[in-house]
Formats: sequence, structure tokens, C-alpha cells
Amino acid sequence: MRDLLSSPWPWYVAGPLIGLVMPLLLVVGGKVFGISSSLRHMCAALPLSQRAKPAFLRYEWRRVGAWNLVFVTGILLGGMLATVLFGEPNAGAHISEATRAHLGALGVSDFQGLAPAQIFSLGALGTPAGFVLVVIGGFLVGFGTRYAGGCTSGHAISGLAALQLPSLVAVLGFFAGGLVVAFLVYPVLLPLLLGGAP
Amino acid sequence: MTWALGSTAPDYECPEPERGPEPLQARAPAAGNTIPAMLGYLLIGMFLGVVFVMSEVASWYRIQEMFRLHSLHLYGVIGSALVVSATLFWLIRRFGLRTLGGEPIQVAPKEWGTARLRGARYWIGGTLFGMGWALLGACPGPMFALVGTGMLVLLMGILAAMAGTFVYALVQGRLPH
Repeated sequence: MRDLLSSPWPWYVAGPLIGLVMPLLLVVGGKVFGISSSLRHMCAALPLSQRAKPAFLRYEWRRVGAWNLVFVTGILLGGMLATVLFGEPNAGAHISEATRAHLGALGVSDFQGLAPAQIFSLGALGTPAGFVLVVIGGFLVGFGTRYAGGCTSGHAISGLAALQLPSLVAVLGFFAGGLVVAFLVYPVLLPLLLGGAP
Repeated sequence: MTWALGSTAPDYECPEPERGPEPLQARAPAAGNTIPAMLGYLLIGMFLGVVFVMSEVASWYRIQEMFRLHSLHLYGVIGSALVVSATLFWLIRRFGLRTLGGEPIQVAPKEWGTARLRGARYWIGGTLFGMGWALLGACPGPMFALVGTGMLVLLMGILAAMAGTFVYALVQGRLPH
């Protein structure tokens, strides 16, 4: 049983389970499934004077956002629980051969865990690859989701499930941006950052 | 849209406080903020965090695989999640279900906005987020799950995302919406 559960969960198990979250949150407390707004609540909760905060961040975050902060705390604890129960999944060993070969050619040499430690570790944060992927990548996630008004959960699941056309535009944007990085940016940038052969 | 035009717009809608006649805080449903409900959000979040890790949705490798079009795994995850959510949401509306606190269930519609380029915020913001998603290898949910797995470097990812959110808040008025 443990082995069965610890191998990567197939999409037809994981997807429907994730699909339960939006209706569950609505039924439990009328909350709309969306995760990126937690970043806004965290910014609103920063101990700054009201005058130092842009208007976008001046609201009662405790009343509006507490549920969302509790929810993302749960997500963090869930990540911890999964690791304690099943060990860290070795996603690098499960991806397709084509992806592995492609990333390998761009200079990725580490295929352990959920992300390559040569880029995603505290020690690598000061390297060009660590800085660009974590800091610039993270910045774009925060800026882009707030500008678009949602992320994968808010638009691709909640928005599309409620048949919202603007969400479809946003989701097409998500994939356009991802494809641009995967096909145009990474082939040039990753070898430069990692010092591998282009 | 016949549902959803109520007084409980969710905060992820991001109504601009300086524009909307109704301040954001006046719209938050209070009944969903009880202690038992909060416990519910915590448990649902934990459940989601486990699924994010075990299905490898929270893996940089898997995100690259998705955007290189090498596997259907994540497309299957997102697609089947959407089908289940849409079906259950349709049933909730069809039967007029209420929250456990007895309030009507509403989802505010996404506004197209007033930009000359229709929906500018959705395609520009969406594309910027997509680029960040491919770089960081995590969308906002998995960022938190990854910290839980012990990848503390994602704390820096979260800080950077907060910086992105803060900069958006500063320049919001100058961007087409």
C-alpha cells in the first residue's frame, strides 16, 4: 500500500482530487478557490504604515484574507506530511526521456527530487541560475498573477469551472508565457547560466 | 450570468479599492470565517498540499515536461481537475446549495475591464505569470507545498513573488486593465 501510494500519483487520480477543492471551499465557507491572492494578503499584512502602502494593499486583510492564509499554511503542512509519510518523490526519475535529454543538453546534470539542487537550493541562490530562476521567476509569478487577477487555481480551475471567458484568456496567456520560456528563452539562457554546451 | 452578482465578491477578483464604490473588506462573507470553517480550510489545504507533492505537480521537472509538450501528465491533472470542479459547481448552482453556515454560494464574474485592448490584464498578466511559472517551476500553491517538503529556497521564491505583488500594487494605476 505504501509503495502504491508513494509512486507518483497518476493524473486521473490527482486531477479529480484537486477538482474537489473548489467545490469544497465553496460549501465550507463560500470561499472561492484561489491561491495567489495569499501573496496580496501577505503584502497587506506587512508592518508598514498605511501611508506607505499602495491603495491596493490597504484593506482589512484579517477579515478578507485570513482564510486564505490558513489555507496556504495547510498546503505547506500538506507538503510536509507527504514527505514524512512517503519520502520526497523523485520526480526527476519519472519524467519523460525526451525532457531529460533536453534538459541534460542544456546543462542540467541533477535529476533528483522535485527540482535540480544545482539551481534550487539555498547554496545555489547566489549563482546566476539560482538567482534568475528563483528570484526573477518568483517576481514574475507574483506580478503576473496579480495583474491577471489569478493563477492556475483562480483562473484555470475556479474561473474556467464558472465558465468565465476572461479566465480562458488568462489561461491561454499562462501557456503562451510558459511555451516562450521553454522553447525560446531556456535553450539560450540555461546553457549560459549553467555553463553547459548550448 | 444569472448567479454570482451578490455582495460577496471573492478577494482574488482584486477589485481596485480606489475604483470600486464598495471597499474590499465590506464584501467578505463573515460566516465563512468561523473557527470550524478555518479548520476546514486548513484540512483542505493539507489535502491539496499532499496531492501537489505526490502527483509531482510541484516539480520543476514536470513543469518543463509540460511546456516542452513531452507528456500529458500535467495537462491531464489540470484538465480532469477542471472537469470535476465544473461539474460539481454546476450541481451546486443547479440545486442552489448553501454554505455550511447557511449563506448562498456565489462566485463573482471576472470583469473584462475598460482597457482599449480588451482583456489586456488577462493576456499580459497571464503571459508574465506563465513565464514565471516556467522559470520557477511552481505556481503559487506548489511554492508553499515545496517549502513544506524542506526546499527552503522556495521561501525566497515566495518573497520574490511578494515583491512582484507589491510592485504591481505600486504601478497598478498605470497599467491597462
